[in-house]
Amino acid sequence: MADEKSVLLEIKNLKIEGYSDEQWIEIVHGIDLTLHRGEVMGLIGESGAGKSTIGLAAMGFTRDGCRISDGTVLFDGMDLTTATRGERRALRGSRIAYVAQSAAASFNPAHKLIDQHTESSLLHKVNSKNESEADAIELYRRLRLPNPEEIGFRYPHQVSGGQLQRAMTAMAMSCRPDLIIFDEPTTALDVTTQIEVLAAVRDIVDQFNTAALYITHDLAVVAQMADRIKVLLKGDEVEEAETRKMLADPSEDYTKSLWAVRSFQRDQKPPPPANETPLISVKNVSASYGPVKVLDGVSFDIYRGQTVAVVGESGSGKSTTARCITGLLPPTQGEILYDGQVMPPKYQDRTKDQLRQAQMIYQMADTALNPKKSIGEIIGRPLQFYGGLRGADLKKAVDQLLDQIELEPSLYYHRLPSELSGGQKQRVGIARALAAEPSFIICDEVTSALDQLVAEGILRLLDRLQKELNLAYMFITHDLATVRSIADVVVVMKEGKVVEMGPKDEMFQPPHHEYTDLLLSSVPEMDPDWLTNLLEERGVDNIGDAAHQKKT
Amino acid sequence: MLTFVIIYYVFLIVVCCAAAYYKHRTALLLLFTLLCVSLISGLLGGASVLVNITICVALLAAAAGLSYSFREAMIQILPPEAAKLMRTAPLTAAFGLLVIIAYIIAAVFAPVIAPFGEAEVVGSSFAPPDDVMLLGGDQLGRDLFSRLIYGARNTVGIAVMTTAIAFVVGTLGGLVAASMGGWVDQVLGRIVDTLMAIPQLIFALLLLTIVGTSVLNLTLVIALLYSPLIFRLARAVAGNIVVMDYIEAARLRGESTWYLITKEVLPNITAPLAAEFGLRFCFVFLAISALSFLGLGIQPPTADWGSMVRENATLISFGEVTPLIPAAAIALLTVAVNFVVDWMLHISSGLKE
Repeated sequence: MADEKSVLLEIKNLKIEGYSDEQWIEIVHGIDLTLHRGEVMGLIGESGAGKSTIGLAAMGFTRDGCRISDGTVLFDGMDLTTATRGERRALRGSRIAYVAQSAAASFNPAHKLIDQHTESSLLHKVNSKNESEADAIELYRRLRLPNPEEIGFRYPHQVSGGQLQRAMTAMAMSCRPDLIIFDEPTTALDVTTQIEVLAAVRDIVDQFNTAALYITHDLAVVAQMADRIKVLLKGDEVEEAETRKMLADPSEDYTKSLWAVRSFQRDQKPPPPANETPLISVKNVSASYGPVKVLDGVSFDIYRGQTVAVVGESGSGKSTTARCITGLLPPTQGEILYDGQVMPPKYQDRTKDQLRQAQMIYQMADTALNPKKSIGEIIGRPLQFYGGLRGADLKKAVDQLLDQIELEPSLYYHRLPSELSGGQKQRVGIARALAAEPSFIICDEVTSALDQLVAEGILRLLDRLQKELNLAYMFITHDLATVRSIADVVVVMKEGKVVEMGPKDEMFQPPHHEYTDLLLSSVPEMDPDWLTNLLEERGVDNIGDAAHQKKT
Repeated sequence: MLTFVIIYYVFLIVVCCAAAYYKHRTALLLLFTLLCVSLISGLLGGASVLVNITICVALLAAAAGLSYSFREAMIQILPPEAAKLMRTAPLTAAFGLLVIIAYIIAAVFAPVIAPFGEAEVVGSSFAPPDDVMLLGGDQLGRDLFSRLIYGARNTVGIAVMTTAIAFVVGTLGGLVAASMGGWVDQVLGRIVDTLMAIPQLIFALLLLTIVGTSVLNLTLVIALLYSPLIFRLARAVAGNIVVMDYIEAARLRGESTWYLITKEVLPNITAPLAAEFGLRFCFVFLAISALSFLGLGIQPPTADWGSMVRENATLISFGEVTPLIPAAAIALLTVAVNFVVDWMLHISSGLKE
């Protein structure tokens, strides 16, 4: 092996073009990147910054409809842009590996984990089948997967999301590559699981002196993982520096603005007077999907003009609670009160006015808006349906709503959802909810699919609307930064039960319930030593197990 | 004849070289294949084969040229939205559209275009083509050309009606089943399963024997037989749509099932349904022709292409092409419709070249 710190990957003046509307458009404008052996570089930026495109180009690969138009990608002295397909194939898997964002979508559901794990080492004739399997088990052990001897013989759907992500990292290590490209490996995971994966990834990269490109939009995560950080914006490099230097003293305005994102914070509202009737009251609600009980005696109140944040890991019953409130899933026990009145459990039995009062905003704006309807029609329908508006009145009301969500009516009225960006679609979703003139809105992970800057804009908008219209929000999220910025009351859920609840200011101060504590301490912080410190605090090196034990 | 053969080969070789020189890969391969085929068939079959090849190529070229000019003309005439769509049409689709339009004109203006009446006896039976009867006479001495044009009206008209009914029934059923789910879905699904379990042609013959043959019965019976297929397609594609959040949002708004299926679901499944319409139309068309051929379809003296093939079938043993002409009319329309369907499928799948 060459010198420990020699240059492994050198990208020079990389330009990539994408084909759309019958012409080639440049999407990456001349990026330079140098990565040494054993070094981890973080690539950060908003969506559309070209992070993933550059990550793939480091393997000499581009997505369909894209091409490398200029520049060189030198991997260990070999130019991948001019290499033949066969040469590049020989590198992939054996010397360069890739870990994708969604492990669930990247594993073949029809094969066992270990068979997929050993595939590339067998293909590249690195090891025999038995050796590879022994090695896989060893890697599973190092990545602290439970039952390393046995877990590989399960199918992808039989293990959890976090375990799958670690199994994928193990798979990437199977040929001991020189370079691994991590493309947002923890974005789809909740905080407690994220820690397990982060710790595992960092360990394994250290142990094998592997170089890595770590692509993410989460600054706190990249601060834990990377030696150096490169900030990208719309296919251009903004700046690059050592992690500590970058965090302490960013030189560009854009980087500063990224750092400032987490600053939005709203003061907690005073608690409502004791005699006020809650707007929505969830009383001892239990629910089940078939024989599986998913909610167990959940109770909490939501008052007018207040924001209640419901937090918990995936599978804790947050969204199911929302489905009970809206009437999509009738509870098996307990009841939902609206302004002191009992609501019929099924939405079909509710009156138009009861339906109007509670609206929803969805996580995926893509599936929440009918792709065949114009923005004007989407927002106009509730106005038409509940308010009976027609013609010019309707148009005027829609224009007003578009103004409220800060989209120019003349530009957006006739557009289709596909012609909007993610953040704009989410705004349209908000406008549709507002059009019903509700008193209560359920926000189901509304910002989790968005970049931080865009998410920030949405949160500010929601906050402003709450002030103007005295709305009550139920905010379902697993992102505690969001909770910190806008909640009045926090409800922590775990396995279908409410573990702890109270005003935000109290909830973020110790002492907490053990589980709340775990959730809170798992939120990554900007401090590059945070993970290391946390590891020591929680019981030396085995953070994955520690987190797991606390959970169960 | 010798000069023709010499000119033929020299011309082909020159064009081949030109294609090679200008590096037109497809053109070169095509021309070279043609050259090889001509060499072999010329050796085996003599000059007359070469003449036939020339005629075929000229016909194809004429069709291509016609389609091209039709497409370009349409781009100029149509409003911008439609023109943009038209620009994406390959030549085959333009050709298909052109043929369909020609058939529609023939069907609508049949009495004006046809020189004689539908059942009018003009000359002797099986009269050869002449200036009066362009394609000759049929077994009763009626003008084949006139009957061909009237046949477009009956065959195509009935096929369109039948397919439309099958689609309305099938799509509606499929959408209701998909959006209501539960026992409605189960009941509709089992009815459809039962209908599909019986072989179609036999079932059609059975039903037509029971209810008697009339245009109305024919239309309804075939529509009934084809609607289960459309039901299954509509239910499957709508099944992917009804789980979307925007449908949930509409349900929570308190919208009626009718609004859900017509305004929220239907616009999202029109592309696969439209493609299926074109395909299904051809099958219905062939089914009617088959039934007519068997004598249970459209009844004489009404002209339709299926029964015209049957009536003149005896002539085929004398080496006459007469019975093949209505068959060719069926084939041409089927091909044309499928060209257009391919194009639409291509658009709806969102594939790029």
